[in-house]
Amino acid sequence: MHSLLAVVIPYWGQSLLRVLGGLVAVLLPAGTIVYVFLFKMMSFMQSRLGPMEAGPYGSMQLFAEVGKWLQKEDIQPDNADKRIFRMAPIIVLMSTFLLVAVVPFGPDAWFTNFETGVFYALAVSSISVLGILMAGWSSANKYSLLGGLRAAGQLIAYELPMVLAVMGVVIQAGTMNLQQIVLAQNAGSIFGTDIVGNPYVLTQFVGFVVFMIAVQAELTQAPFDMPIAESELVSGYMTEYSGFRFLIFFIGEFATAGVFAMIASTLFLGGWGVPFSWFGWTSMDSVANWMNVAGPLIVFTKMMVLVFLIMWIRFSYPRFREDQLQRFAWKVLIPISLANIMVTAVLKVAF
Amino acid sequence: MTILNDPVSAKLGDRAQLSYIASQAADARLNVELETEGMTLNIGPQHPATHGTLRIIARLDGEQVLWAEPSCGYMHRGYEKLTEVRSFPQVTSLINRIDWLGSFANEVPFILAAEKLMGVEAPPRAQWIRTILFELSRIANVSLFLGDLGVQLGAITPVFMAFRDREYVLNLIESATGGRFHPNFDRIGGLKDDLPAGWIDETKVVMKKLRNFCDEIEALLFGNEIFQSRTRGIGVIPRDVAMQYGLSGANLRASGVDWDLRRDQDSPMAWNKVDFKVWTHPDGDSFARCWVRLQETREATKIVDQLLDGIPAGPVMAKVPKIIKVPEGEAWVSTENPLGEMGYYVVSRGDSGPFRVKIRSASFNNISITPWLLRGVYVPDIITILASLYFILGDIDR
Repeated sequence: MHSLLAVVIPYWGQSLLRVLGGLVAVLLPAGTIVYVFLFKMMSFMQSRLGPMEAGPYGSMQLFAEVGKWLQKEDIQPDNADKRIFRMAPIIVLMSTFLLVAVVPFGPDAWFTNFETGVFYALAVSSISVLGILMAGWSSANKYSLLGGLRAAGQLIAYELPMVLAVMGVVIQAGTMNLQQIVLAQNAGSIFGTDIVGNPYVLTQFVGFVVFMIAVQAELTQAPFDMPIAESELVSGYMTEYSGFRFLIFFIGEFATAGVFAMIASTLFLGGWGVPFSWFGWTSMDSVANWMNVAGPLIVFTKMMVLVFLIMWIRFSYPRFREDQLQRFAWKVLIPISLANIMVTAVLKVAF
Repeated sequence: MTILNDPVSAKLGDRAQLSYIASQAADARLNVELETEGMTLNIGPQHPATHGTLRIIARLDGEQVLWAEPSCGYMHRGYEKLTEVRSFPQVTSLINRIDWLGSFANEVPFILAAEKLMGVEAPPRAQWIRTILFELSRIANVSLFLGDLGVQLGAITPVFMAFRDREYVLNLIESATGGRFHPNFDRIGGLKDDLPAGWIDETKVVMKKLRNFCDEIEALLFGNEIFQSRTRGIGVIPRDVAMQYGLSGANLRASGVDWDLRRDQDSPMAWNKVDFKVWTHPDGDSFARCWVRLQETREATKIVDQLLDGIPAGPVMAKVPKIIKVPEGEAWVSTENPLGEMGYYVVSRGDSGPFRVKIRSASFNNISITPWLLRGVYVPDIITILASLYFILGDIDR
């Protein structure tokens, strides 16, 4: 990658190309699949058919809706802080773009592979808070303001359990590199049995549950969707957005759900890998080359499972109140994840 | 706080409720120290939580409501005045639109008042069918409430179940009356038509479906811990306050007042022929109101089942003159409608139309308690309380 197109590219240029590659190769399919899957699944849960007209079984619905949104007028309120108002959706989307850069898709199929991948993922995921707060503040709308402030409070509160839940994985794998975490899971063993490797969803189950709850809150999906809260705040920070900017928020929401599900599947479900014992692999170098093709499909499958989980909860539960949400984060999730870290650390030393 | 000192809610000893009130008080103190500036939030007239065009002006301190005031009249259609220029049979097509989800139930008290003035009584078969349709409109109305409750609290699935199963009831009403939402089926002295063939068997099947729907909603919503934490102890109306504000229907029964006009008053309807339970709840909070409505829907399906078994034979129309002239006099008839007590005070001067009609609709009185109830709650609780009070905009503004 140092001399792509036979031209020497500086480091930032390489990173930019990789992230753009990630956008095209991962985010668009992820957003599309998640969106269509979500619409059909939601419909079947609610005993209706969902989109049926656009394409076979409504599979082209997303394109129809993108077309619709692009035609709409781009309205900006008179009193809005125009520059910030225009920037906010981009910043929310940027957080998603940056997040996808660290997800590994195969032994050699990755965009970036660096030592502090977990740290980076958690750091860039909170950029979206900034965008949401900007959207809420600049819209010059009381509902948006309430929604933006709720979002800020909520996302900051749930950042902590998310980080703490991942700590267990980091302790167990002994690395912050996502590729190494995948390796540690698939080449690992539970009490000497390596038939399924060591996916951390089994050994770090508490961490997985806390992580998924935090993801739910981070994505502002029900039961943690107070920032959007259609029945109270009428879409909260998105109230004043229309046309293309709303589209970015809307698709960004689904794409982020997909990317978070990818990160969770990398951390807890073994990522792109299959248990190495099935094919007699022992290390990263011995993994067959076809895994570079199969890996992305495996990640997508696992992503769909987790997205299903996220959406299932979303469609089943009513939403919390803001104070209940904070209480739940600080009094339940954080103590549980701290205890999880302690137990993991003790067991890590013991075994 | 007043709620805390109230003997009724203190006697409940509901820990969640007391801790909620205490946390509210603590928040209020904190905010006084910070001297933050308040914000006036207009909820409505166009807002998904108001099912129409109710406007609630709320003065907020952060997320807490300092005071709130409902402002209605955005959809006032002047029905009381309009009735004066219509003949008695024409009025039913108007008043159908008052509580548009339970339309048939609106017609009944007016027709009963006209019959009372004329000294006519509908034949038994008409009375029974009226009662069945009345209860069907109650089921159609309240089942939508049960689904909509989920949407107001953020759960989007129940409302689709509600629409799915309400459809069966609407089909029944349509096949019997010809109108899905606005039957306009009641006549002075009876009904327009008899029931179609096979209607009774079909209704029994649908009633079973509706009971299943109630079970589903109970499992999906009422058993949910988030739902309970959002509704229990929220918007507590003590018994005395409920009676002072003139609440009626499930809102009153949820505060522990055992009052149901179907049972407590003598009316030419078939309720006294069947056996049903009037559900009450001692708590008076949002959960109690929703729970009472759920039980009432179940009870209504049982009432319909019993009535279907015992429909007497005979005509559906009494002998009334072709051109109806109601003799001079005044009559007040009220019934237990899906939303609460609905009554008509009809003044006749011996013409073919009423001289003056005063409509007492349940929702207008039910939302009059909101300024008292919304003081000190959080913004999300406004929605919970409004949803649990359950009003129909047409029923407020008329």
